[in-house]
Amino acid sequence: MALIGLILIPFLGGLACWQGERWGERVPRWIALGSMLLVLLVALGLWWQGDYRLVAAAEPGSLPWAVEWRAAWIPRFGIEVHLALDGLSLVLVALTAWLGVLAVLCSWHEIRRRVGFFHLNLLWILVGVVGVFLAVDLFLFFVFWEMMLVPMYFLIALWGHSSATGRTRIGAATKFFIYTQASGLLMLVSILGLVFAHRAATGDVTFSYAALRGTPLSDALAMWLMLGFFLAFAVKLPVVPLHGWLPDAHAQAPTAGSVDLAGILLKTGAYGLLRFALPLFPDASQAIAPLAMGLGLVGIFYGALLACGQQDIKRFIAYTSISHMGFVLIGIYAGTALALQGVVALMVAHAFSTSALFILSGQLHERLHTRDLREMGGLWGRLGSLPGFMLCFVVASLGMPGTLNFVGEFLILFGSFPVAPWVVAIASAGLVLAAVYSLLLMQRVHHGPPRGEGRSTDLDRREYAMLLGLLALVLGLGLYPQPLLDTAGAALHELPRLLGNAMTLGSP
Amino acid sequence: MRLLLPLTFLLPLAGTLSLAFLQARLGERGSARVGVTSVGLAALVTALLAYRFLAAPEVLTVTLWHWIAVGDFQATFGLRLDGLSLTLLGIVTGVGLLIHAFAAWYMRGEEGVTRFYAYMNLFVASMVLLVLGDNLLLLFLGWEGVGLCSYLLIGHYYRVAANGRAAFKAFIVTRLGDALLAIGLFLLFHELGTLDIAEILRRAPERWAAGDPTVELAALLLLGGALGKSAQLPLHTWLADAMAGPTPVSALIHAATMVTAGVYLVARMHGLFLLAPDVLALTGVLGALTLLMAGCAALAQTDIKRVLAYSTMSQIGYMFLALGVAGFEAAIFHLMTHAFFKALLFLAAGAVIVGCHHEQDIRRLGGLWRRLPLAYAGFVVGGAALAALPLVTAGFYSKDEILWQALASGHGGLLLAGLLGSLLTSLYILRLIVGIFHGEAGSDGARRAEAGRGPAHGLPLVVLALLSTVLGAAIEPPLGEALPAPHQGGEGWHLALEIVAGGIALLGIGLGAWLFLRRRAWLAAVAARGRGARLWWLWHHAWGFDAAYDRLLVRPYRGLVWGLRHDPIDALCHLPARLAGRLHVVLSRLQSGRLRGYAVAMAVGATLILLAMAVVA
Repeated sequence: MALIGLILIPFLGGLACWQGERWGERVPRWIALGSMLLVLLVALGLWWQGDYRLVAAAEPGSLPWAVEWRAAWIPRFGIEVHLALDGLSLVLVALTAWLGVLAVLCSWHEIRRRVGFFHLNLLWILVGVVGVFLAVDLFLFFVFWEMMLVPMYFLIALWGHSSATGRTRIGAATKFFIYTQASGLLMLVSILGLVFAHRAATGDVTFSYAALRGTPLSDALAMWLMLGFFLAFAVKLPVVPLHGWLPDAHAQAPTAGSVDLAGILLKTGAYGLLRFALPLFPDASQAIAPLAMGLGLVGIFYGALLACGQQDIKRFIAYTSISHMGFVLIGIYAGTALALQGVVALMVAHAFSTSALFILSGQLHERLHTRDLREMGGLWGRLGSLPGFMLCFVVASLGMPGTLNFVGEFLILFGSFPVAPWVVAIASAGLVLAAVYSLLLMQRVHHGPPRGEGRSTDLDRREYAMLLGLLALVLGLGLYPQPLLDTAGAALHELPRLLGNAMTLGSP
Repeated sequence: MRLLLPLTFLLPLAGTLSLAFLQARLGERGSARVGVTSVGLAALVTALLAYRFLAAPEVLTVTLWHWIAVGDFQATFGLRLDGLSLTLLGIVTGVGLLIHAFAAWYMRGEEGVTRFYAYMNLFVASMVLLVLGDNLLLLFLGWEGVGLCSYLLIGHYYRVAANGRAAFKAFIVTRLGDALLAIGLFLLFHELGTLDIAEILRRAPERWAAGDPTVELAALLLLGGALGKSAQLPLHTWLADAMAGPTPVSALIHAATMVTAGVYLVARMHGLFLLAPDVLALTGVLGALTLLMAGCAALAQTDIKRVLAYSTMSQIGYMFLALGVAGFEAAIFHLMTHAFFKALLFLAAGAVIVGCHHEQDIRRLGGLWRRLPLAYAGFVVGGAALAALPLVTAGFYSKDEILWQALASGHGGLLLAGLLGSLLTSLYILRLIVGIFHGEAGSDGARRAEAGRGPAHGLPLVVLALLSTVLGAAIEPPLGEALPAPHQGGEGWHLALEIVAGGIALLGIGLGAWLFLRRRAWLAAVAARGRGARLWWLWHHAWGFDAAYDRLLVRPYRGLVWGLRHDPIDALCHLPARLAGRLHVVLSRLQSGRLRGYAVAMAVGATLILLAMAVVA
């Protein structure tokens, strides 16, 4: 029941927000906050109760889910509402709920128009994301996958900013929609192809993840089907050269939209690769692993170089995301237990640090009314504790030990080294570039000669609490990441075997 | 004992946290009090630990918690105290305390004192973790932590753009070395399956014969990290610019402790380096080259702190030279005495700079010995130790030990470089002292110089001055168990070397005194024209490394960033959209609404289709 609750709470909460606007502007905000907190509580409750370390060696055909919920939907085609949760999905669901809370909080003063409808969209994005993390029926997964897009489109198109350089929020929203929709359709084709192949082999029509996992496929067919999945997830991650939508969407979206985009929408791409692309097509995935790792390297460097050249602070941060996701891609396709653990850690870390940076740039925008880095500088003494927080998250984003980002990046690199030493060696140069762009950001915003006198308003309690909460998580999990690693670890434990990397680790 | 060990980093960390959260309420004096007290307590704890350790020398390990545990990958938050870490710990907290106290005088009346002490305390905490970490990952945490604090403190006066650039440069250049170190960690873990230092040192000889390419590579990567942190060729360019920070920062981070972390790393991993003779030889050669390069550069600087910065590079070059001839004990001994006398020189320089109203150009100072007697005394004692004046100074004993190790292990070339370096050292430090304290004052700031007062100013200088004399050399670091025994040789040779080295130091002093006191005008004339001017230029710019790196790395990178700034790949992805747009224009023109056009198109189309069918049929 808890699983369907995780989806229904934000869904109904969204409707309530929409209608609640009649009673005032504050009502939707509180409803949204309440429902996200409730989702967070449910997720934490599941974490508290369940034991995610044990991998029960279940009988073949069924998978070791910690919690499962299923109901028939379209029995004729073997489609059902099948939700299931293991450590990996739990971590990501909890992350979604937490960032959902932050997204509501950071829009508290920023959003003034159509507040009810805004929160409807915000919550329904999260419905889609939570659904993606829980669905283990491929048809249902696709439904949720598409469901994320529409509210996000509205969020950017209706509440976004149009910048002076001719980039419009409508343009950015359309670009986002076309990229993700087109790649989503490729995935649909692949899903259908897989289902038909499964029917040809066994005679059953089913969209069940567990059943489809063992489908016998010819090498060529597996490669084509895998590519359909890979493209859809690669657009979301995003993988260079399919990243074009991300900077535009980030720059034009409202703060809450950027937080959701960077914090969780990107993670659906990585989750998709881990949950579907790799287990469904292990051999084909193994075959493209060198290519994928190469693309990861390209992403690391391309994102870092592009970030340095941006003038819009949100585009700057968006390109650093691309760089970080390059590490994630390398870790996923290295496929050793250590690297995969690193992937989960880095996903969570990136969600925290990048959304914090987006929240901070939103706060800067509220105070300075600009996002142009050329108009900033010397702000250190003028903004109270904001620069201090920015310093902390910038340092996290460059992978300073003691933060969760370090744990993620280094586990990925440690884990990938046995499989691809040269890739790791080159990616390590990306650590230097990460320092370059991170410190450049700090330098351009807060250091240098001040542009004016006087102090802006300091952070209020709401803003302070949000940032302090994120910082506590980044540092706390950076110094003791074990709860995270243990929870997600069991869910990932099978992948190295599937990819044939089981023995590469730990045997010198 | 077990409970005490973690306190050495927890106390400064607590200092940082309380400064960060209470900043508004503390004020300048309160901040200084918190900052100094936390390091003072850490120093007290260290003294207790040292007392216990010296009474019963046994390695103390404390595992606080498991940091990361995934399968074979077990990194703990574990501290390990042996003779080597105790030596370093003593330097970090002891010299750190003196510098923190001095900073209370130096920083008075400036803004951002809270921030300054918060970063300084964080630095001490990180440095303690660096030297106490029992595995390479924890060492790396401290390693990056000190780098971050160094960045923050160099850029302390953030309003000046040049300081920001210097801080940035320092972080990025050392980060290049850190990336190499990280790859070294990946390689070591892959090969040996552990990151625990003691375990690595145990397993390495079992796995590799001496000279095995893999172990050479691993040692080379670690050396890369050490070169960056310790400002040795070719990653040395950041240190001179790092002098943009407040002078106590230069004393603590860029002279006494952080920059010597590379020496510590190599000494700590000595078992690995002994298996890699080629890399060890390279270490010595790079050290020798750096000490000569930086010694020459120090001769042609006009900023007090830049002279001292190049001098630091040069002295760390000696330590690397010692490491290169496997004289690990000599390297650490020199690390210790250098920490004393270089911190003294920097603090004395700070006293001069503040006393002369922030004037630090040698040409604009002069004749100060009467007005700033304590600073003068500090410079004379510290300078004598730096120049290794025989018998009475601490520097003599440690440098002599290095030279002796080079001789005893048969490295004649390195020995010669070391002796030549002694001559350079005497010359540049004498030039500095004469320039500041003798002759005529060159500016109003120097003419109106005011001597510092109070114990925060005087006490650190006096204590460090005492430690820079033979008293400091009497402190014998308990390295016997932690490091391999030094090379032995004939005592007669040793005595001869001592006489030669002492003679060279004295010769340098004499030559310097003659040149800089008597032949000043002549020197200035030589340096102003022809070859002399070119040599001055070359040395003043430290052999032109900065310009070369700028051309080879910085500008291409900037060009790349500039060229890519509009995201060409994204532009490429816009092609289909553009194409569709064009097509739209063409096709909408066809829909002109004129019947005549439609009729023609229909007729032509029908004809073509019929023709096509006829041909196919």
